[in-house]
Amino acid sequence: MAHNNQLDSWEVFMQARPGANYIHQGSVHASDRKMALQNARDTYSRRGEGTSIWVVPTNEIAASNPDDSDMFFDPANDKIYRLPTFYTMPEGAKQI
Amino acid sequence: MTQQEALFKYILRLGDNALIHSHRLSEWCSNAPFLEEDLALTNLALDMIGRAQALLQYAGNVEGKGRTEDTLAYRRSERQYYNNLLVELPNTDFAYTIARLLFISAFEKEYYAALQKSADSTLAAIAAKTLKEIKYHFAHAHDWTIRLGMGTEESHQRIQNAVNDWWMYTSELFEMDETDDQLVKDGMVPDLKALYPAWLQTITDTLKAASLNMPVTGYMQTGSRKGIHTEHLGHLLSEMQYLQRAYPDAEW
Amino acid sequence: MDQVQDIISNDHALLSKFEEHVQAGEAVEPRDWMPEAYRKHLIRQISQHAHSEVIGMQPEGNWITRAPSLRAKQILLAKIQDEGGHGLYLYSAAETLGITRTEMIEQLHTGKAKYSNIFNYPSLTWADIGAIGWLVDGAAIVNQVSLQRTSYAPYSRAMVRICKEESFHQRQGYEIMAKMMKGTAEQREMAQDAMNRWWWPSLMMFGPHDSDSPHAADAFRWKIKRHTNDELRQKFIDKTVPQAELIGLTVPDPHLKWNDAKGGYDHGEINWEEFKQVINGNGPCNKQRLQHHKQVHDNGAWVREAAEAYKARTNNQSSN
Repeated sequence: MAHNNQLDSWEVFMQARPGANYIHQGSVHASDRKMALQNARDTYSRRGEGTSIWVVPTNEIAASNPDDSDMFFDPANDKIYRLPTFYTMPEGAKQI
Repeated sequence: MTQQEALFKYILRLGDNALIHSHRLSEWCSNAPFLEEDLALTNLALDMIGRAQALLQYAGNVEGKGRTEDTLAYRRSERQYYNNLLVELPNTDFAYTIARLLFISAFEKEYYAALQKSADSTLAAIAAKTLKEIKYHFAHAHDWTIRLGMGTEESHQRIQNAVNDWWMYTSELFEMDETDDQLVKDGMVPDLKALYPAWLQTITDTLKAASLNMPVTGYMQTGSRKGIHTEHLGHLLSEMQYLQRAYPDAEW
Repeated sequence: MDQVQDIISNDHALLSKFEEHVQAGEAVEPRDWMPEAYRKHLIRQISQHAHSEVIGMQPEGNWITRAPSLRAKQILLAKIQDEGGHGLYLYSAAETLGITRTEMIEQLHTGKAKYSNIFNYPSLTWADIGAIGWLVDGAAIVNQVSLQRTSYAPYSRAMVRICKEESFHQRQGYEIMAKMMKGTAEQREMAQDAMNRWWWPSLMMFGPHDSDSPHAADAFRWKIKRHTNDELRQKFIDKTVPQAELIGLTVPDPHLKWNDAKGGYDHGEINWEEFKQVINGNGPCNKQRLQHHKQVHDNGAWVREAAEAYKARTNNQSSN
């Protein structure tokens, strides 16, 4: 089977400009970290899209289960007191 | 030889090295060991075509006879090409391609760093841009040399053979002729001999890290400074120049 | 349809929830429950799409070393490289469905997986590079723009990226054709000849009429596909014919004429016999394309093995 091996899969995250969030771009195949970084660079920044890259082995990513999405995410929906618009401010209050 | 003539011939050499190496790398497109490496080798080729364009265009300007980068690339014959022999040799296999890239990029890393200090501002600017590209070329070649050297028995043997076989083409990188002497004197270009120790150190370190043996230095190939090449260049050019030669009146 | 029936009886609730979700225009992510037939359909379609990008590198790659100017060479190389990149994005999208790239390549080599028929035609002259960029990429773009809204999210994300990157491809081809049509008599002849050879195969790229398309019903119900083959083909013809006329190329179809009532062109019938023959392996380049891919794959095996061996060695070292 080694004959057919296409190397391991890595997920690629890229930062578009300094200070920005790293955003998932897709994946590449590579057998080691250095190669994964170079392959990610050669695949996902051909048009100068990035300033920095992270690569993570695909099988190291833990992902939430869609069946759990009710318990994971719905309970946050009614916590509207976490939003600034929830509060009544006295008229004339400034810079708050 | 006037300074202008010397400079023209010298820039042609730089442009030809980029053009012919790029041509060989471009032959890997849709032929690489896996898809990611296909893209990587193509990126190297693209860097080099860009560099060839800039250099040949500048050579045309320096010559001042209205020749463009395309006339220089597509209408010169093999005896008028000045690239190092190493870049024109057939790809052979992935190990040979990587060994060549290692030798050349380790050289160009030193060379373009030095050329940044050229008294000629155009050359200095091209050198600054090129140096960034070369650093990546070197990293790619260096890492693959180590992977192949430390990979399987087969890959170790293949990269060792490649390094051994192509060693005899490396001293040409440092050869200097009267154009070099004249331009070095004027502060236009680096003294190539001075770059050799750093290059040798890089190669020694890389081969050691890859568990490879340093090749034995024997007789060294030469000729390109006078436009004397291997048989391979003629074939490369007849392919590359086919349309321009077959339809001399056409624009593409 | 039998397969779908089975699933309905077994997994009725999941299926109707899935179909509701898709009908509402919501995206399907890799970990969401999906009918097995949906998964299979996607694997077949996405891997075929990926193989097409990769095999498609060959006819254009045929001209890299002969491109007639440094600019042309640079553009062509960048374009072919993009196609390799697009193959890579698509293999990755398919991998999220539980198939590996190794398996997909095996299926390509055994003939179980197909690639676009168009790449079984030869690229004979430099004008073919123009025709491929303009017509073949032009046809592919019509299809891919439609697929940006496909229901499977990784596929859709790949398509969005691909469409963005491909926007220069068609222009590259059209520019070559336009330049040649303004050139010497020989160049004009070369351009028209390429047009004659690539026009009909480009129309075939959209596939058979939908009534003859074996997987069409599922694809629509699950919003994998958004437009019919004939709709997309019509769209391509309507935008391409005026482009041809503008630069003086003749479309090689005597039946082609503008139909005011439908607001589009009527065209002659496609040679479906040729289409069938090429799909079944009898095109001018089928054997050559596949042989090339296998050979490259085999030649590269020692490099991939070396990379794996190096990984194993360095992993051992770091755990010591």
